[in-house]
Amino acid sequence: MITVDGVSKTYGGFLAVDDVSFVCRPGRVTGFLGPNGAGKSTTMRIMVGLTPATRGRVTIGGHRYADLPNPGRHVGVLLDASAQHAGRTGREVLTIGARTMGLPATRVDEMLELVSLTPGEAKRRVKNYSLGMRQRLGIAHALLGDPRILILDEPANGLDPAGIHWMRGLLKEYAERGGTVLLSSHLLYEVERIADELILIGRGRIVAQGTKQELLQARGAFVKAVEHERLVDALARDGVHVMPSGDGLRSDAEPLQIGKVAAAEGITLVELRPAEGAGLEEMFLELTSESQRDDITEGANA
Amino acid sequence: MTTAALEPTTLDISGTPRIPLSRLVLVELRKLADTRAGKWLLITIGVITALIIGVFFLTAKTSDRTFLNFVGVTATPQGFLLPVLGILLVTQEWTQRTALVSFTLVPVRSRVMVAKVLAALVAGLAAIALALGIAAVATLLGGADNAWAQIGADDIGKFALLQASGVLQGLAFGLLFLNSAAAIVTYFVLPTAFSIVAGLWKPLEEAAPWVDLGTSQQPLFSGTDLSTDQWLHLATGTLIWVVLPFALGLLRVLRAEVK
Repeated sequence: MITVDGVSKTYGGFLAVDDVSFVCRPGRVTGFLGPNGAGKSTTMRIMVGLTPATRGRVTIGGHRYADLPNPGRHVGVLLDASAQHAGRTGREVLTIGARTMGLPATRVDEMLELVSLTPGEAKRRVKNYSLGMRQRLGIAHALLGDPRILILDEPANGLDPAGIHWMRGLLKEYAERGGTVLLSSHLLYEVERIADELILIGRGRIVAQGTKQELLQARGAFVKAVEHERLVDALARDGVHVMPSGDGLRSDAEPLQIGKVAAAEGITLVELRPAEGAGLEEMFLELTSESQRDDITEGANA
Repeated sequence: MTTAALEPTTLDISGTPRIPLSRLVLVELRKLADTRAGKWLLITIGVITALIIGVFFLTAKTSDRTFLNFVGVTATPQGFLLPVLGILLVTQEWTQRTALVSFTLVPVRSRVMVAKVLAALVAGLAAIALALGIAAVATLLGGADNAWAQIGADDIGKFALLQASGVLQGLAFGLLFLNSAAAIVTYFVLPTAFSIVAGLWKPLEEAAPWVDLGTSQQPLFSGTDLSTDQWLHLATGTLIWVVLPFALGLLRVLRAEVK
């Protein structure tokens, strides 16, 4: 379990991470979603002690990360797949990790096989790797010590659709065996398919968090009736507010309530369904549009 | 969901031993040799050590072919190359951004740094051992009559002190700059720049023996005994050029944000 408790990080006067708190539970894949520059990577670096937090604390299974006697055996970390010595072979990168953690050399072969890097590819130097291969190597490195917790920053970045599918299966299975997974992404569709829990962050602040079902849940209903005007009146009497939507009505009330009203009034419904919810995508755009715009302006000024 | 509920929320770390320092030193030694640049630097040190002894063997008068002289000629080339080894051991972690991984696997950064210092010293001692070995072979093959005379443990000790100080200075400059090119250039240019400035500015010239490490290290490989003053000069020079940059660099690395 990862517990992030009131973590803030300031750079000069700039608040990169603003009072962020969340929990990642065993058996669940937690998606950390936000636009570039929202503070995801900074938060993840704070978790493993690479960046000191200005305020707040992070515990990994009840411990400070720095207090873990051999962190690689408990927490698998992939922060940047490109942060590897370009002159080392893929196998050598894993060998250094395995030696540091005190693992047998056979573990390196197992991990190479797990992430489908062939012996030929493992002998090549990392500078000749595609981003997708680097991500696979990075995931292999994170899994080396057979950890109970995974912290992965943008692990799907550079993977092709088949690679993303593979990673989804891998992480799902890992969580089903009781592992804790935190993975970040700036792309909604990547996280939406893998994660059970979602944390949305924008401008350093958490803007929404919950289970995927909760966040995906569409509020309200769409309804179309033959007796359009009568339905509007009946619903108004019941205190249900509606607004026109196409040739039907949209309401904040649940389909069940509207159906009951219609049945009581003998109104013929031709369509009644949950409103096409905002969907995660709309929410993501909505919640982060402000920070997106800021990013672009900042980029233009830089 | 039931399995998730049964999962403990705390990590049991009681059964996990701390990573021993010896393992970290072995890993750092491996990092010295597992890239093309590192491997060639080690090969170059070996080849040049053999070569310079070979050249001396062929060009020196028979009477000069003593064991100590054979060892002595390796001092300068090794003195150039070993600090580079020290510099690269530190800077590769930043230029290649592997510090991100190294400090994640070993979050107590000072332990990584201690391992690097020990690994660099082991590599330096290995280079000296190689020099001693090749010098011994050369002496056996065609040394002067009294080639083995006047060898004291202190001679080898001073030689080791010289090279160890060079390796540590390399590490220190690496830590201070965290950039291979800047560290190497500064390491080689600074002594020359210092003597130029000292030549122009009287007070500095008078202080030079206390400050200029190049001068104060001279007696370490000239086979003479050092006077108290010379030891003091060596101490202050080492303090200024090795200990101080090392301390500043270490402080920087221990506190730096690793990205």
